[in-house]
Amino acid sequence: MFMKVAVRRFSFFYLVAAIFISPTATFAETVNIAVAANFTDPAKEMAQIFREKTGHDAILSFGPSGQFYAQIKESAPFQIFLSADEERPKKLVEEGFAVPNGSFTYAIGRLVLWSKKPGFVKNEEVLKKGNFTKISIANPASAPYGVAAIEVMKALNVYDALKSKIVEGNSIAQTFQFVDSDNAELGFIAQSQIMTRTDGSGWQVPQKLYKEIRQDAVLLKSGENNEAAKAFITFLKGSVAKNIIKKFGYAIPGKP
Amino acid sequence: MTKENKIAFLFKTPLGHFDLDVALDIPARGVTALFGPSGCGKTTLLRCISGLNQASVGRLVVNGEIWQAEGYFRPAHRREIGYVFQEASLFPHLDVRKNLLYGSNSKKLITVHDFDYIVDMLGLGRILNRSPHNLSGGERQRVAIGRALFSEPKLLLMDEPLSALDKPTKEEIMPFIERLHENLQLPIIYVSHDMNEIEHIADYLVLMNEGKIVASGALADIQSDPNLPLVNYHDSAVSLEGSLVDYDAHFGIAKFEVHGGFLNVPSCEIAIGVKRRLKVYASNVSLSLENIKSSTIENLIPACIIDMKETNPFQVTVVLRLGRQGDGARILARITRRSWETLGLSINAAVYTQIKAVSLVRKEY
Amino acid sequence: MMTQDLSQDVLTPIWLTLALASSTTIILLIVGTPLAWWLARSKARWKEVVAAFVSIPLVLPPTVLGFYLLIALGPNGPGGALASLWGARTLAFSFPGLLIGSVFYSMPFVVQPIRNAFEAMGDRPLEVAATLRASPCRAFWSVAVPLASPGFLTGAILGFAHTIGEFGVVLMIGGNIPGQTKVLSIAVYDFVETSQWATAHLLAGGMVVLSFCVIFSMMLIEKRLRQARS
Repeated sequence: MFMKVAVRRFSFFYLVAAIFISPTATFAETVNIAVAANFTDPAKEMAQIFREKTGHDAILSFGPSGQFYAQIKESAPFQIFLSADEERPKKLVEEGFAVPNGSFTYAIGRLVLWSKKPGFVKNEEVLKKGNFTKISIANPASAPYGVAAIEVMKALNVYDALKSKIVEGNSIAQTFQFVDSDNAELGFIAQSQIMTRTDGSGWQVPQKLYKEIRQDAVLLKSGENNEAAKAFITFLKGSVAKNIIKKFGYAIPGKP
Repeated sequence: MTKENKIAFLFKTPLGHFDLDVALDIPARGVTALFGPSGCGKTTLLRCISGLNQASVGRLVVNGEIWQAEGYFRPAHRREIGYVFQEASLFPHLDVRKNLLYGSNSKKLITVHDFDYIVDMLGLGRILNRSPHNLSGGERQRVAIGRALFSEPKLLLMDEPLSALDKPTKEEIMPFIERLHENLQLPIIYVSHDMNEIEHIADYLVLMNEGKIVASGALADIQSDPNLPLVNYHDSAVSLEGSLVDYDAHFGIAKFEVHGGFLNVPSCEIAIGVKRRLKVYASNVSLSLENIKSSTIENLIPACIIDMKETNPFQVTVVLRLGRQGDGARILARITRRSWETLGLSINAAVYTQIKAVSLVRKEY
Repeated sequence: MMTQDLSQDVLTPIWLTLALASSTTIILLIVGTPLAWWLARSKARWKEVVAAFVSIPLVLPPTVLGFYLLIALGPNGPGGALASLWGARTLAFSFPGLLIGSVFYSMPFVVQPIRNAFEAMGDRPLEVAATLRASPCRAFWSVAVPLASPGFLTGAILGFAHTIGEFGVVLMIGGNIPGQTKVLSIAVYDFVETSQWATAHLLAGGMVVLSFCVIFSMMLIEKRLRQARS
């Protein structure tokens, strides 16, 4: 009688222990992820929670998407690529460096026209008036935020007038730096960059003025059999990740 | 010396372990030598006179012109000096001709005559178009001297110009320096630690030690001053000025008159009246109480002993004045202490000097 | 039409880069020579502090230098004050701004060889000149400059070549404006980013050849000059 109770209690105890311990008890793997520079902060938070939840280690590298694209094609050791655009992951799938149908949108970038001067930017009027010497955008050749900025200016019919005042940052981070250092009076930056800023003035550009900045992620061929990689992809599509993404100023696919 | 005929200086400046602390008037003609051991401050003094060094306290008046005084310092490039360094220091990017003419004032235009004169005197004719690195050490130093002369200095400063050269080269150049002395009316201040060089050319000698001037005066006076260390050197000598009174062509012997007597020297032909410097080593002079005529030593001059110094435990150096009255030039005789005592020699004694060998300082050229 | 555009894309950065490199070199020779002279001959105790400041671009990442330049050239810095003289807000994103950046960035490459050359010359040639009635000015031009000429040549070549290869600093303060701040190194970067490999190869390859020629000729000239001097 005592033995039966003991076994039952012991089994229960073992079961409970197994539930808590088992995630870490399984073989913890590492996944190398190339992350577009603009997604640095959300990616870091995600990696931390990912480890807590799954025990796997996500090692992040930050940089320009164009550079990662070129490196991945030269067999750089990444298993997952979080790009700043949707073209490059699609190309990697086409060119056979990623698993088929493996690309999906993980975040949608929001374009913001921002100035360090309070009250300077309220809406598109500031562009039409053109009362400034320099406007900063990301290099359209390499950053979708730059492409979007130009789309917006063309849609508002101010591109030709403002063309000579454009200065290009080689990354969205530098674009922001030009505005933040007041060398450019205003600039088209990512919403995620001013989430914690209370100074300055900004206008969240209506989505209808520019093509969505869809940021796609893709599982690369080298990560096909990596448990941690697959787990991260799942995590990225999940609600915990989505909340983090929204928190940092991005939109979720499917929601405005 | 009148005010216009001298160079008056005073310099005080730190020199390392001791200070340079000198004040003196020297004649503004002829060659004044600065002599002393290495590190005694002779080069620093020369550099102070030239303006290359600025002493903490300095006064300099050259021929009545104030070059330096309290609160006034004429910089080196405005002092009319010529300076010959120990290493020729020719400008490597200029050929010999351009080096020579660097300091000459083209406005005054050195005439062809002047140019050739100095070039000939220094034997530079064949090397005018050469580059400094194609010259021998002796040639370089001659160019350096010529270059200093072409700047038409009022005062020529020479800082051990021969010490960086080997012996054959020194002997090759010395005549050129002697010619400078004879042919140009240019006061020269000559720094050296080599008494031999000084004996060749100096008229006036300044002795220095540890930054101070120990003695100064005419060369022969300093050389024979019993209170100065020069008399006790191993190769002590006195330089006398002689003028030729007779030449025996058959035997090749020149007879010079010096102050207090005559000296016979083997030599090639020299014209009567020519002046030469004669060097008499202390160790070449013997003394006797009698006039010993039958001896191969032809130079027998009566003299008077004026002082004696113990050179070492076995030898003494006797200072004598030539002439029966003992009023001629001073010379030195190095004899054993035994002979001094055996012969009963003493101050004021009259003796005969036997001068075995006399060097003619200036070579024939 | 395509080739015309392409040649504009290629020729303009080349021309801009050459203009930047030459102006920087000339300015550095003018400004750097007195600085090198002072560093070589001064006895001031804080001389090496100045020397260290001049040499900082040798060890700082260009992005750090560029960052501080961005602030200094901007409206809140001296650059902005200067720019306001002709009605601009900032010196960033302009050729003059780039010029200032390049001058700082390439300064040690010009100043150091000239300083070394002056030091190698020593005091003696100038003392000799002084004893030959040369005023300090004449002594400088007729003696110091010729004797230090290998240093000037090395400095000019190094400064020129270094500015041509400048990337990090231009990236930070240039703004990528064609014809104004889009220099060769940035253009190559852009061509790579947009996968225009052929043009990128052309430009990059050209820069490699140019660098080689520069270094090679510099070595030859230095060798000749040293032979002539010794």
